[in-house]
Amino acid sequence: MEITIKVFRYNPEKDKKPSYKTYKLEGIETDRVLDLLEKVKGYQDGTLSFRRSCAHGICGSDAMRINGFNRLACKTLVRDTGAKITVEPILGLRVIKDLIVDMEPFFDNYKKVMPWFINNDPEPEKERLQSQEDRERFDDTTKCILCACCTTSCPSFWASDEYIGPAAFVNAHRFIFDSRDQAAAERLKIVNEIMGVSRCHTVFNCTLACPREIQITKAIGELKAALVTGNLK
Amino acid sequence: MNTHQIEVLVVGAGGAGLMAGLYASKTAKTAVISKLYPTRSHTGTAQGGIGAALASQEEDHPEWHTYDTVKGSDYLGDQDAIEFMCEEAVQAIYELEHMGLPFDRTPDGKISQRPFGGHTNNVTGKPVRRACHTADRTGHMILQTLYQQCLKNNVTFYDEFQVVDLIMAGGKAAGVVAVELATGELHVFHAKAVIFATGGHGRIWEITSNAYAFTGDGPAITMRHGLPLEDMEFFQFHPTGIYKLGILITEGVRGEGGILINGKGERFMEKYAPNVKDLASRDVISRAIYLEIRDGNGVNGQNYVYLDVRPEQVNKFAALDGRKNLDGTPLAVTGEQILAKLPDIVDFCRVYLGVDPITQPMPIQPTAHYAMGGIPTNKYGEAIADEKNTIVPGLYAAGEVACVSVHGANRLGTNSLLDLVVFGKHAGLRAAEFAKKADLQPLPADPAAPVRAQFDRIRKADGKENAFDIAVAMKKVMFDDMGIFRSGKGMENALKVVRGLQARFKHVSVTDTGAIFNMEMMNVWELGNLLDLAEVTTVSALARTESRGGHSREDYPDRDDKNWLKHTMAHVDEKGRIELKYKPVVMTKYEPKVRTY
Repeated sequence: MEITIKVFRYNPEKDKKPSYKTYKLEGIETDRVLDLLEKVKGYQDGTLSFRRSCAHGICGSDAMRINGFNRLACKTLVRDTGAKITVEPILGLRVIKDLIVDMEPFFDNYKKVMPWFINNDPEPEKERLQSQEDRERFDDTTKCILCACCTTSCPSFWASDEYIGPAAFVNAHRFIFDSRDQAAAERLKIVNEIMGVSRCHTVFNCTLACPREIQITKAIGELKAALVTGNLK
Repeated sequence: MNTHQIEVLVVGAGGAGLMAGLYASKTAKTAVISKLYPTRSHTGTAQGGIGAALASQEEDHPEWHTYDTVKGSDYLGDQDAIEFMCEEAVQAIYELEHMGLPFDRTPDGKISQRPFGGHTNNVTGKPVRRACHTADRTGHMILQTLYQQCLKNNVTFYDEFQVVDLIMAGGKAAGVVAVELATGELHVFHAKAVIFATGGHGRIWEITSNAYAFTGDGPAITMRHGLPLEDMEFFQFHPTGIYKLGILITEGVRGEGGILINGKGERFMEKYAPNVKDLASRDVISRAIYLEIRDGNGVNGQNYVYLDVRPEQVNKFAALDGRKNLDGTPLAVTGEQILAKLPDIVDFCRVYLGVDPITQPMPIQPTAHYAMGGIPTNKYGEAIADEKNTIVPGLYAAGEVACVSVHGANRLGTNSLLDLVVFGKHAGLRAAEFAKKADLQPLPADPAAPVRAQFDRIRKADGKENAFDIAVAMKKVMFDDMGIFRSGKGMENALKVVRGLQARFKHVSVTDTGAIFNMEMMNVWELGNLLDLAEVTTVSALARTESRGGHSREDYPDRDDKNWLKHTMAHVDEKGRIELKYKPVVMTKYEPKVRTY
């Protein structure tokens, strides 16, 4: 079938302001949007720039707004989009060139929640034991690939990129509810700051955007509950 | 020119690079450079598990792991290095757990392990539970955990800096040249020690599990400096890639009881590996699938077979095999349990195939997966300059880019993650130790001149050829003639085609004349790397007149230990020709035997 793909273009070295460019090409239902972008770049317009790597939804490089929704281009098929596709950069981060945005504010927010394991007890000879129930408690939030689909779909993040944002909360949750970790109190203090969970208004955009189907709004709700009750179970 | 002075410079931020960075930074001024954000690295796509004889659930020993790896390598692996890796494995896993890695757990809270291809109880010959796992995202958890630990320990990162050259001075490593992608500026990193951890080069082949980033930048660069590449003819085709797309479906599916079925509904692995069947080594299973398809036993006459993990099928064949749970009860699974153990596989199949593996079999075909060959190193990650094992001072390599060699002619599943953790760590330690005693080597007057010349040549080319066309042609001929089965005639054709493409490549130019994120320029430069590696792979393969592990020749179907129990060392001579030399395999106590599963 003939596919029409309309792509946001901006080259700071040439363009005063962004514009859209439309390309037509042949495609099939099972083509990934990423496949189409690669073909456009290969045969029609080599200047089109975007990030990509693994091409199957694990590395998180190719988060884009596809027909108005935050998606990974490698995990979105023509079957889902139809033959008319609009591709734009994710919102709330500065556009550097075409579909490439400045990820630094996103990673800075990630680093705020101390996203690393903390346990200051002497290390045992073998593994620290953990029950299957305790392990299951934070399983969902270990799946995050830091693609930024969630955070850049959130109106509170659009209002300020100082807002810690859903991806960082997911990673805070991953450690706070890990029975082996000892820094839950410190992390909870961070997510309770002025740019923290109080700015989450349960819009559910993040949950809908997550390509890993993490129940993000639920995880943030558990952080809010833990702040009120102090209960980490 | 931006110049940085560093003690230990790590190129690549996947598992091996992060492990090297973590360890080197404990005692030396260290920086990790990567063309991707570290969490985008290909380690993150590894699925089924990391191997170590923890014996969490049943008897196991590092010696068994060692023997299985030697046998899996078709006796081409260096046995001293394999012993070292398998001994270190147990502590390496506990260390990852101490770093917070969320392994799945046994009912008594220990690290859970699952069976994997080629890993056996050496007494009974039956599959053993040796793969430590987090569902089917073990690589993701290793990558995330190591990156988190690097952040915790304030390791310095240069994200989205693409290394395009190695600087050598008087035979010693002196640093690298990198492009800052966001600005297009060249940077010189002047370093006492350089560790290459740039991953693989599986984008040479049409059907591949490999990321776009896997363009072999590291080995292409070292080869240009006259350094050798070892055993490049050995490239692994993983048996189970998603049909047409090549996306990996973990061996863990078969570890959990999944079976391979041909178009006639037969469980064909019974014929090829009567003892362990669907859990034979990867090269064995990929060949079996190829032969089934060639003999007209593909599904619906197409180039695929089924991987079936529907619970009723798993339970039926588990009963026939007499597979049991550890408490002695018959193995039986539900759809819910399959979903819990393999959530990403289920998701991939639903998204890309519209197939639900709980109720439908998955169409699969072998997919290019892993480079056994690469930059030769010893077991401390020190790069080797020749067949006499002379060390290149200051240069190290670890992970898929390196050839220690622990994988020989065929890698066992779970051993790549183990390789990058163990040898990443030791390369980092060794490099830091070296840097403490070494001085910075003097830089050439203009260290970036060779790279600037490469880029200028691309900019000034006449543009008569299209890079995408050349890439498509390379991938096709390499998949057809340099794939699972090879022949002299086919390989000669591949070499002719690849060399023709190298000539056409000189006419490729770029339309993007900008500096900021000029991905067109970088992608063209990467294609040059892939072509160079396709050539050296084919030249190395043509010379090896035997079949061993991942190198299977129709015209030489048998292994030939008398003439070929040796490593290939390929390098480019002064006239630009590829010259092949050889070095012996290190043997300790495992004599080559006929390899059956």
